[in-house]
Amino acid sequence: MEGISKDKFKKVPMDVSKGDTMARPRMGYWQDAWRRLKTNKVAMLSIIVLLTLIIMTIIGPHLNGYSYKTVDPSKVNMKPNSEHWFGTDELGRDVFSRVWQAGRISMIIGILGAIIDTIIGCIYGGIAAYFGGKVDNIMMRIVEILISIPYLIVVILISIVTESRSLGTMILSLTLTGWCGMARLVRGQMLQVKQQEYIMAAETLGVSPWKIITKHLIPNVLGIVIVAITFDIPGYIFAETFLSYIGLGVQPPNTSWGALASAAQQNFIFYPHQMFFPSLMIALTMLSFTLLGDGLRDALDPKLRQ
Amino acid sequence: MGKYIVKRIGYMFLTLFIIMTLTFFLMHSIPGDPLAHMAKKLPEQIRLNYYEKYGLNKPVIVQYGKFLKNIFTKGDFGESLRYPGRPVTDTILKHAKISGKLGFQALFIGVTIGIVLGIVAALNRNRWPDYLVMFIAILGVTVPVFIIAALLQYVFTVKLELLPTFGWGDFKHTILPTIAMCFGSIATYARYMRSNVLEVINQDYILTAQAKGVSPFNVVRKHVFRNAILPAITILGPQIAGIFTGSFVIEKIFGIPGLGFYYVSAINDRDYTMIIGTTIFFAALFVFSQLIVDLLYGVVDPRIRVSNDK
Amino acid sequence: MVEKILEVKNLQVSFHTYAGEVRAVRGIDFDLDKGETLALVGESGCGKTVTAKAIMRLLKVPPAEIKKGSEIIFNGEDVLKMSKKRLSSFRGEDISMIFQDPMTSLNPTMTIGNQIMESLKIHKKLNKKEAEKEAIKLLELVNIPNAKERIKSFPHQLSGGMRQRVMIAIALSCNPKILIADEPTTALDVTIQAQILDLLKELKKEFETAIILVTHDLGVVANFADKIQVMYAGQVVERGTRDEIFYNSMHPYTWALLSSVPRLNTKGKEELYALGGTPPDLILPLKGCPFSSRCEHCMEICLEEKPEITKLSDTHSLSCWLQHPYAPKTERPAVLRGERDE
Repeated sequence: MEGISKDKFKKVPMDVSKGDTMARPRMGYWQDAWRRLKTNKVAMLSIIVLLTLIIMTIIGPHLNGYSYKTVDPSKVNMKPNSEHWFGTDELGRDVFSRVWQAGRISMIIGILGAIIDTIIGCIYGGIAAYFGGKVDNIMMRIVEILISIPYLIVVILISIVTESRSLGTMILSLTLTGWCGMARLVRGQMLQVKQQEYIMAAETLGVSPWKIITKHLIPNVLGIVIVAITFDIPGYIFAETFLSYIGLGVQPPNTSWGALASAAQQNFIFYPHQMFFPSLMIALTMLSFTLLGDGLRDALDPKLRQ
Repeated sequence: MGKYIVKRIGYMFLTLFIIMTLTFFLMHSIPGDPLAHMAKKLPEQIRLNYYEKYGLNKPVIVQYGKFLKNIFTKGDFGESLRYPGRPVTDTILKHAKISGKLGFQALFIGVTIGIVLGIVAALNRNRWPDYLVMFIAILGVTVPVFIIAALLQYVFTVKLELLPTFGWGDFKHTILPTIAMCFGSIATYARYMRSNVLEVINQDYILTAQAKGVSPFNVVRKHVFRNAILPAITILGPQIAGIFTGSFVIEKIFGIPGLGFYYVSAINDRDYTMIIGTTIFFAALFVFSQLIVDLLYGVVDPRIRVSNDK
Repeated sequence: MVEKILEVKNLQVSFHTYAGEVRAVRGIDFDLDKGETLALVGESGCGKTVTAKAIMRLLKVPPAEIKKGSEIIFNGEDVLKMSKKRLSSFRGEDISMIFQDPMTSLNPTMTIGNQIMESLKIHKKLNKKEAEKEAIKLLELVNIPNAKERIKSFPHQLSGGMRQRVMIAIALSCNPKILIADEPTTALDVTIQAQILDLLKELKKEFETAIILVTHDLGVVANFADKIQVMYAGQVVERGTRDEIFYNSMHPYTWALLSSVPRLNTKGKEELYALGGTPPDLILPLKGCPFSSRCEHCMEICLEEKPEITKLSDTHSLSCWLQHPYAPKTERPAVLRGERDE
């Protein structure tokens, strides 16, 4: 202690506010979530794969010059080669172009389905949660009943009744009860957030309802809705696959991954490549969405913030 | 609890009634009438006989009344349109047994394996068993069941020639369809259990148990398991639904004469009475199993048990 | 000479997080004698609970890491080197712990009877019948009415205070030599708080258990602890007997803590003292005295060098530059003076 000079013992004026400054940079909720998502390599890879798949479904059918519906009897069931990159099917159609054309339909069903169910679900769930009480009770009863009808049955009935197997009918019938899950989710989350003490605190401080909704309710609900969407999209693609498989999906000349895979399934033993490519695309899409959803859920979970 | 059960059963019947009504009117709202499609080519007299036999010459409301009466008094869905003389109810019951056997087998195996794998994964978090289980689980939820089925057929029947590809009869025939079907349940349950276990492990009461000196093995067995498995009952409902949807596809691929197979062919044949009957049967089964699942959860979880008592 | 049952030497604990290494406990030392009560006092996040959990080896590794060079010695045995098997008998039998939130620290799907019996079965090797009898006795001991029926209840059927009593019953079931109580009353109503404290005091006398009381509430400490240890930013800044801390403390942080406790002789218009600012971020390296940024008596040296430990008596020591001979004479704050006359 000898080496210390006496004048070091002068009093320093206290500046309490200094202790209050954040030692670490401030980060918003979304900024923080994005930072955490970025460190998740699996989720980032999923995003890249998905973007590639989406771009390919847009440009893929035009890449090698063969139309997805041109039949060529001289080139039936060819293996993948330099001309037909994924081979040809039993009618001599180019599988490469067909896979991407089919992907368009599958992606459209997935994305459109998810958008529709999110919009309806959010509005319905939001209204139920906002009004509460009797309105909420009745609205949720309706959902409970709708949700207990197996979706496949709804789809089957609708497609029989409308006698139409167009993309529109398919999306309609898939979303007819598909929004119920989202509505439940949104309502549950809204009610939970509404009860939180910080909302009450904001209310007592005189924060306007509009600000409470935009600053507290929406950000808190948005997180789980985004996660739910990433699980909904593959759900619709999967459902479409099933429908196509039992012959209720999109009809020729249109096609989807499910339809391609199911058509190829009969010849699977002889021409495995015809089934391999659409199956690979289904699996890749599902995988990427699922992993991205997992990553998003982790990234958006405020409990994990550190 | 009693009041709760009554209420739930009430809702179940309401749901079923709505489904019945909906199905009936949807089927009868098809342009023309259910028979138009197949009866077009028949001679006038036979056609009229047909209409008489199925009561289609009466107003829809009358038909609806009769339809409900037959269901509630005799459990009768009428006769198949496609195969006259074959009662729908008999057909359903006969083939439902096959589907039921397969579905139950797949569900049981799938849930058991899924739970075990999920726990193993959670307890070995971020080590190789975890990665392996999650890999299997991800495949299970991302690969459609018919692709799995096709691969199984290819490997076990074409390459290894161990099992029959097709048909129904002895136990051998059930192996591949069961494996293909339970894949989804394994995947869902493994993922669900893993996250449940991880959540429970972080609870304060686990710390209490550790502080008591309970050995790590017993902490898992006595404290983690029960708390993590209980909520898993709630996802049994969707799993059962998944078994139904799975059966449509699986039975078609493996040529199993189950209800799903008949349903799909009834759809393709436009056999309306059969479609109505099977739809209602599926819906009833589904709604009923959901009810059982909910009640079961109430029985095993003391927290719910008590709140229902009040 | 009293018997030392626990010695903590140079305990350092870090947590590895996204943002970096958080050094939650930065080298603390203390002893615990048989049957004595030691209070660890400080603001939230100062490392009290981490210290308590480290003693029980309850920290999850990773993200936590107990640094090399740390030693926790129980009756001559290093806790940090215990085998899994020894650890199981150590926890519950030699040392046990009650947690802050009784609402979440009992297993919701197990009856409270079973939860008490569990440790009796493990450590005392009782069979089911004996364990049940003992559990009823324990519940009666912690003043739970209708103990015979209560053992069949689930935690959610009990009030917070009752649950904390059950926790105490579990913790004391095997007569541990040390009981760690981590904020045992924080989550409870004030009236219940007093009951629980009285209960702990009574039981302490009966079982001669040493208690480590972790709290931020000096009110709790005043009539309970024998020795007090004030912690700040993962370090012990001052320690002493209860009287030394309450009547003769010399560290500005201890003064701040003591001044912010409401007392009866505070006059109507006098404002209660509030310490400004927040504790330092434990991710960043600390230069000088950790308290310097909030200290009214901060000197240049405080910002540059870590203060040495000054011993005022056998039991009373602190680390503060004000104790240096060059430092200006500083009086204890007026609010704290004259307390002895009360």
